[in-house]
Amino acid sequence: MENNINNIMIRAEHLWFRYPSDTEISGNATENNWILKDISLKIQKGSFTAILGHNGSGKSTLAKHMNAILIPEKGDLFVAGMNTREEKNLFTIRQKAGMVFQNPDNQIVASIVEEDVAFAPENLGVPPAEIRRRVDDALKAVRMYEYRHHAPSQLSGGQKQRVAIAGVIAMQPDCIILDEPTAMLDPQGRQEVMETILKLNREQGITIILITHYMEEAALAERVVVIDNGEMILDNTPAKVFSQMERMKALGLDVPQVTELAWELNRAGFQISPEILTEPECIAALEKLL
Amino acid sequence: MLKDITLGQYFPVDSVIHKLDPRFKIIDTLIFIVMLFSGNYIWNLLAGTIFVILVQGLSKIPFRMSVKSIQPIFPVLVFTAILNLAFIDTGETLWSWKFLKITEGGLQTSIFMICRIILLITGSSLLTYTTSPILLTDAIESLLSPLKKIKFPVHEMAMMMSIALRFIPTLIEETDKIMAAQKARGAMLDNGKLLDRVKAMIPILIPLFVSAFRRAEELATAMECRCYQGGEGRTRLRQLQATGKDYCSLTICLLFLIIVILLNCIYN
Amino acid sequence: MAILKTEDLTYIYSAGTPFEKTAVDHVNLEIESNQMIGVIGHTGSGKSTLMQHFNGLLQPTSGKIYLEQRDIWADKSRLREVRFQVGLVFQYPEYQLFEETVYKDIAFGVRNMGLNETEIRERVLETAQMLGIEKDLLERSPFALSGGQKRRTAIAGVMAMRPKILVLDEPCAGLDPKGRNIMLRQIRDYQKKTGSTVLLVSHSMEDVAEFTEKLLVMSHAKLFCYEDTKLVFRKSEELKELGLRIPQIASVMQALRKNGYDLPEDLYTVEQAKQAVLYLLQNSRNDQINRREDGSSC
Repeated sequence: MENNINNIMIRAEHLWFRYPSDTEISGNATENNWILKDISLKIQKGSFTAILGHNGSGKSTLAKHMNAILIPEKGDLFVAGMNTREEKNLFTIRQKAGMVFQNPDNQIVASIVEEDVAFAPENLGVPPAEIRRRVDDALKAVRMYEYRHHAPSQLSGGQKQRVAIAGVIAMQPDCIILDEPTAMLDPQGRQEVMETILKLNREQGITIILITHYMEEAALAERVVVIDNGEMILDNTPAKVFSQMERMKALGLDVPQVTELAWELNRAGFQISPEILTEPECIAALEKLL
Repeated sequence: MLKDITLGQYFPVDSVIHKLDPRFKIIDTLIFIVMLFSGNYIWNLLAGTIFVILVQGLSKIPFRMSVKSIQPIFPVLVFTAILNLAFIDTGETLWSWKFLKITEGGLQTSIFMICRIILLITGSSLLTYTTSPILLTDAIESLLSPLKKIKFPVHEMAMMMSIALRFIPTLIEETDKIMAAQKARGAMLDNGKLLDRVKAMIPILIPLFVSAFRRAEELATAMECRCYQGGEGRTRLRQLQATGKDYCSLTICLLFLIIVILLNCIYN
Repeated sequence: MAILKTEDLTYIYSAGTPFEKTAVDHVNLEIESNQMIGVIGHTGSGKSTLMQHFNGLLQPTSGKIYLEQRDIWADKSRLREVRFQVGLVFQYPEYQLFEETVYKDIAFGVRNMGLNETEIRERVLETAQMLGIEKDLLERSPFALSGGQKRRTAIAGVMAMRPKILVLDEPCAGLDPKGRNIMLRQIRDYQKKTGSTVLLVSHSMEDVAEFTEKLLVMSHAKLFCYEDTKLVFRKSEELKELGLRIPQIASVMQALRKNGYDLPEDLYTVEQAKQAVLYLLQNSRNDQINRREDGSSC
């Protein structure tokens, strides 16, 4: 069945990419230079997709395509039906698909929280009264409204990252791409950010694309895409992806501990599904077994 | 620790002066400086003193803060005084030894100069004490905006200033961290001869530059992602708006200037 | 015997200002040699501040630190020696690299110790090998390396000093799962090989469960406890109150125990849990077979 075009947030079609300098340095454009190889992917509006892959697998490069920071060498990428190749779409694409990066310190522009959240709407030429409303709404959505007059240096990592998310929400995007937003945070900060992301996805229907190294975070998504060596090699529900324990470990990835235990027991010949993601699921399954 | 250095001089309390439009505060300060230098007479000093005391009182800035602002320029004061004492040779000789001679004229001029410098510093410090660096940047951008017509990059300059302000605390913290890390590897940072000390700074400066460039690159990408396309067509959340109080402050400053000029003309 | 000892160690930030904050509050510790120790605690619990006291980067507001029975602040001129004996690797240590080559950067600390070129070379090569830094990388610029290699170079720079105590603050932050695992194994091998004490500051309970023998838990500037890893994980309720958790698998096993299953205490790695559950399953299967056999014999 062909998906309705209006329900597709992001569509990659046979996307190939390599950094131009690579071909210059090595002089020969061998197959090894490709950072992304023949990626075809459709992401539904309102969905929550996690992208996994080890460092250097190409997942961040893919994310940068979704925001038109990078343009494919071959193939195309469409954001809400707009081709990222077309210069005139640039700002509409960036407004529709906002991006949050790993280091919160290096994406906060202003020295006051609310000023920073206002940065994107200011760039878009939104009238001041409307900016004020959007800034307040965005800060409330990430629960940082009380900190609106603070300096970024007074905030914790998790709080800074929430401000960065608010800065994107203020553009009123349909989609947010987060490139390892929790990598530099402590467990509490990670939890704050994950709660915020889930809330935006559920309550405001914002499409979420989360690039992460943390398996527990990917387990919260509806869909997990695994990228290795520039190729998309797994694309399924978290339970189906993580239950392929051996494959995941071979890819340099991990699975939640409970999944690993269930997988081990399953392999030892016991009646337990390896498609287990959470503690309660694991406890229930083990109780049934014992 | 480097972290303890306060950024700028902003002293956040709630006062009439704090609430004034920063653009007007900058113009007021300029008028004040013109007034101080509009003549070499007692009236200039008198009016300057009244003005500083008045603003100081209204701004609720503690007196010790103003005293603190003079401390760094103390050597300048001493130097000015010595220069004037030594080289001005008018009026009665008060004291002499070999070729050195202090005259009445020299003494008068040096006292006058010291008072003027003190007033200049305390007066302009009140501007930075009562205005946050960000507002100052905004005000400068707004005041310089006519220069856009001659292609002067006013917006870019203001953006650079405000990003610099944003990153100063981050880079200070980073410097602290790098210093600690190199000390942990046995680097000696605070003893030895001058040349050794300069050499010892290399392990601090290189990582700091590398990191600053990395941050700049990441920030540039992040800004692009948030649709930054220069000053063209940009709106602002914070609008600078002049009120009656601002015009009032301007009028008072102008009055000071006019009265001083008049007094100088009449009595001298 | 304790190699490092603290006595009522207290540190107050910005003492005498309105921003005054007690970061370390009367900590008494005795750290033994040849150990792998995990350091856990909430952000702001004082663990990083405590670690910076161990090598004399911070001077205690009150209290004492003894390295091999010697008060490290008794003679300030010997402080630099303390820094060679207690190595400290900060978070994201790759941001401290500055030399032209990887070799020179690893050698920086050792050279500061005043060793001769032969000894320096030996140390650098040995450490590089322990951390899997290939020989042909040594003459490259550290800035041209990948993230993981940069991190290893920076850690090697401290390890090469062969400190008696090595403190690593989140050495795996930002690495991918495979990278984390390799890094932790290399750190453990280093510890085994040198017989030194390694303190591993980490937010990952799964990592400390697998790689450490003892845990040092900080909470609100105070030492909450310092004991065997398994004993710490028995206190799951108390840890939760401190904003910490126990490894996922440990909490599943504890839940099952609570529900009456005959599982042993102190299961906190997947391997341990697997063996215990398999043992239980095998037993019940045997029971069933026995019962069936009993039934048929009747």
